[in-house]
Amino acid sequence: MIRIEEYRSDVENQWCPGCPNFGILAAIKRALAALDLPPHRVCLVSGIGQAAKLPHYLKCNLFNGLHGRAVPVATAIRLAHPGLTTIVTSGDGCVYGEGGNHLLHAFRRNPDITVVVHDNRIYALTKGQGAPTTRRGVKTRLQFDGVSSDHAQMLATAVAHDCPFVARGFAGDLDGLTEILREAIAHRGLSLVDVIQPCITWGPHSVDWYRERIAPLPADYDPADRTAAIESALENGTPLPTGVLYRREDRPTFEETARARFGDRPLAELPPIDRSLIDQRIAAMRSGGSD
Amino acid sequence: MIDLSIVISGAAGEGIQTIGDVIVRCVLAHGYAVFSTQEYESRIRGGHSSYWLRVTETPRNAPRSNADVLLALNGRAAEHYAPLVDGRGWTLRPSGGGARIVPITYRKLAEDAGSALYANSVAAGALCAVIGIPFAILEPVLRRAFVRHGEAIADANVRAARAGFEQAHERLGDRAAAELPARDARYVRAGTHNAIPLAAAAAGCRFMSAYPMSPSTGIITALARDPELGVLVEQAEDEIAALQMALGASAAGVRAMTATSGGGFALMVEGLSLAGMIETPVIIVLAQRPGPATGLPTRTAQEDLLFAIHAGHGEFVRAVFAPSDPQSAADLTVRAFDLADRYQIPVIILTDQLLADAQFSLERFSIPEASIERRFADPESIDAYRRFERTETGVSPRLYFGQSEHLICLDSDEHTENGHITEDLAGVRRPMVEKRLAKSRALRAEIAAPEHDRIEDAEIVLIGWGSTQRAIREAVDEFRKAGRAIGRIHFTELWPLPELDAPGVQCVTVEGNATGQLARLLRAELGWSIDRTISRFDGLPIDAQTIVGGLE
Repeated sequence: MIRIEEYRSDVENQWCPGCPNFGILAAIKRALAALDLPPHRVCLVSGIGQAAKLPHYLKCNLFNGLHGRAVPVATAIRLAHPGLTTIVTSGDGCVYGEGGNHLLHAFRRNPDITVVVHDNRIYALTKGQGAPTTRRGVKTRLQFDGVSSDHAQMLATAVAHDCPFVARGFAGDLDGLTEILREAIAHRGLSLVDVIQPCITWGPHSVDWYRERIAPLPADYDPADRTAAIESALENGTPLPTGVLYRREDRPTFEETARARFGDRPLAELPPIDRSLIDQRIAAMRSGGSD
Repeated sequence: MIDLSIVISGAAGEGIQTIGDVIVRCVLAHGYAVFSTQEYESRIRGGHSSYWLRVTETPRNAPRSNADVLLALNGRAAEHYAPLVDGRGWTLRPSGGGARIVPITYRKLAEDAGSALYANSVAAGALCAVIGIPFAILEPVLRRAFVRHGEAIADANVRAARAGFEQAHERLGDRAAAELPARDARYVRAGTHNAIPLAAAAAGCRFMSAYPMSPSTGIITALARDPELGVLVEQAEDEIAALQMALGASAAGVRAMTATSGGGFALMVEGLSLAGMIETPVIIVLAQRPGPATGLPTRTAQEDLLFAIHAGHGEFVRAVFAPSDPQSAADLTVRAFDLADRYQIPVIILTDQLLADAQFSLERFSIPEASIERRFADPESIDAYRRFERTETGVSPRLYFGQSEHLICLDSDEHTENGHITEDLAGVRRPMVEKRLAKSRALRAEIAAPEHDRIEDAEIVLIGWGSTQRAIREAVDEFRKAGRAIGRIHFTELWPLPELDAPGVQCVTVEGNATGQLARLLRAELGWSIDRTISRFDGLPIDAQTIVGGLE
C-alpha cells in the first residue's frame, strides 16, 4: 500500500498559513493513498492561481500550464496514456472563468479525468477581484459598488450536460472531502468536484461562515436522479448540500471512443506505422490522385 | 510549346471542383503536366468560384492570371470571368454566340442523358473536345469517378459527357481551340496539404487536434479520412484548446501537431509561448490567408511571416519553415518533427491558400525515410531525474509522463531544473533563460541555406519565400530569355536565419504582402540591403506576370 508520506513534496509552500487549500491538498493525498496509486501513475494538471500551485506540493507528475487551460491539457494526457490517473486542480477563476469553454466541451467529451475546483468565490492571487462565482452585490477590490453580475451555476451546468460525476465538497471537512475525491478519481469518466474553499485573506466569508451554511446530502439522496441533482447543484440559497450530487456509470468515455483503434497502449509506445501504407498513397498520387 | 490556361467557373455548389478534378486526371493520363488552383468565395452556395488548370508539357507549377479557355456553367459566371479571356481565348457557356464562343446546352443534354445532375459531365465532355483531349481518355476517368455510385449512374454520366463532347465538336466545326497530341510522360499529382499529413504520419505523428479554419482544414481532414495512417485526431473547441491538447499529448511522449490560419494562430500564441517555456515539441501548420482579422478567408497571402517568427510573449527558441511545393512540404514536415524533438521546441510550418488548394504535377514525389528516433533519455540510466537539467547545448534529457517511475514536472512559471516554481532570480532565472536560448546556436547551424539560382552573373536578385518559388523561377526564365541578368534566392527555412552574405547586387523581394516582411527580416537580421519589394496583396497568387510587370 502507498503511504501518504510518499506524496510528500519538498517544494516550499507559498499558500497563506491556515489556507483551506491545505485541506484540499491533504484530502487529495489521502484519496490517492486510499486508491493505492503510486506518484508516477498520477499526473496533476493545473492552470494559474494559488490553487494551481497545488501540484508542486504533492509528489507526482505535473503539468502546471496556463490560466484556464488545464482541462484540454489533461484531456490529451489521459487520451495519450491510459495508465495515468489525471487530475486537474485549479481555482474557480481558472476552470470556470478563463477556461469555461473548455469545461463545457469536456462535459460533452467525457474524458476520464477528475477536475477539482478550488472554489473560493474570489480572485485571490490578483488581490481580491470578483470571480465567476462571486455573488451579486459583493463588494470587491475592483467591483467597489458590488458585483453586478449573477454567479455562474457550473455544477448545475455539469448536470445539465450529463457530466457523469458531479460533487460539492468543503475544504473544512477533510474526511468528507477525501471520500468524495476517492470516489471521483475512481469514477470512470469526467468527475467534477467543486470544493468550497474560503479565502481567509480576501474573503468574502470565513471558514466558519460556510460551515454553518453547508449540509451533507441526506442519506436517502439518490444521485441517479437528474432532476434532484440539478436542484442540489443550483446555488440559490442555503444550506448548500455537500456530497455526490449526480452520478451515472454508463456514459461512454472520450477515450473509449477516440482510442478504439489504438488499444490500451500509450500512444507514445505504439510501433511506427508500416511504411508500405505511405508508399501505397504515393503510388495513388502517381495515377492522378486517390479516388 | 504548349501552355494552356483553362478556367472552369460557376457558382459555389455547381460542381466545378468535380469537373476540374476529372479534367486534371484526363490531362495527366494524356501525358501532360497540370497545375490546378482554386478561387472561391467564403460561402456554401452561389457567388462565383473558379477552378484553374494550367496545362504544360513539362511541369511549371505556377499560376497564370489569364484564360485561354473559359468554361462557364452559367451566364453570370461567363460575364464575371470574361475579362480573363483575351482575343484569342475560347469561351464555353450555356448560350450566346460570337467568334470564339461555343454555346453548350449543359442542362438539356444532361436531361436527355437522364438527369440535370449530369450537367457537369456534359461540361467535362465539351471541355475535352475544345482542348483536344480524345473521348477515349475521358471515358475511363469518368467511369472511375462515378463507379462507386453504381454502373447505371456511371453509364449515364458517360452518355452525358459524350453528348457534351459531340455538341462542342459540332459547334466548333473546323475550328480547333487547342491541340494536345498524346504524350508518354506521366507525372505525380501532389498537393501540399496532402503531403503534410502523409509526411506527418510517416514521421510518427500520432495526435492532431485542430479547429476548422480555411485554408488549413484539409490537413486534419486527410488524417481523419485515412485512419490507417494511425493518427488520432480531435476537433478542438477552439484553437487555444487545439494547441493545448497537442502539448498535453506531446508531454505524454506523442509526436503531435495542429494546423490553423492566422486568426487561429493568434489564439494559439499563449500556447506557443508555453511550448517554449516547458520545452515541449509541437508542430503548428499556419496556413496563411489575407488579414487583418477575418480578412479574405478563402484567398491567399504571405502576411504572417513576421507574426510566426515573433509570436509569443517572452523569449524562446523556435523554427519557422515555409515550404514551396508538396515535395518541400514533405521534406520540411519530416524535418520539423525531428528538429522539434531534438531541440524540444515548437516548429511552425507556413503554407497559404495557394499551397492548400493547388495540385502540382511533379516528376517525382517521395516522403523521406523519416527519423522517428525520439531521443528520449534512458530512464534506467538516470538516478535523480531533472527534466530541465542544465547542459552545454541547452537540451535536457527528456522523459515523458508515465514512461517510467521518474516524475516529470512541467511548469509555465519560471522553474528549477526539477520543473518546480521558483522566484530565485539570480540562482535560477538567469541560467534557465540562458539554457533555453542556448539551443538556438546549434539549431541555427542546422538551418539550410536558401536556394540560389543563376546569381553568379545576376545584376538583380529576386528574393522570395514559400509558395512563390515556381512563379519567381518562371519570371527569371522569362527575363533570361529576354537577355536580362536576373537571378533568384528562395527561402524555405526562415528561422532562425543562418549567417548569409548579402548578394552584393540589387535585391528585390517578391512577397504576398504589402509591407515587405522578408525584406524587413533580411535587413534586421542579416543587415542586407533590400532595394525594393514586388508585392501582391489582392488575395490572388503571385504569378510570373506580376513579377515581370513589377520589375519594369
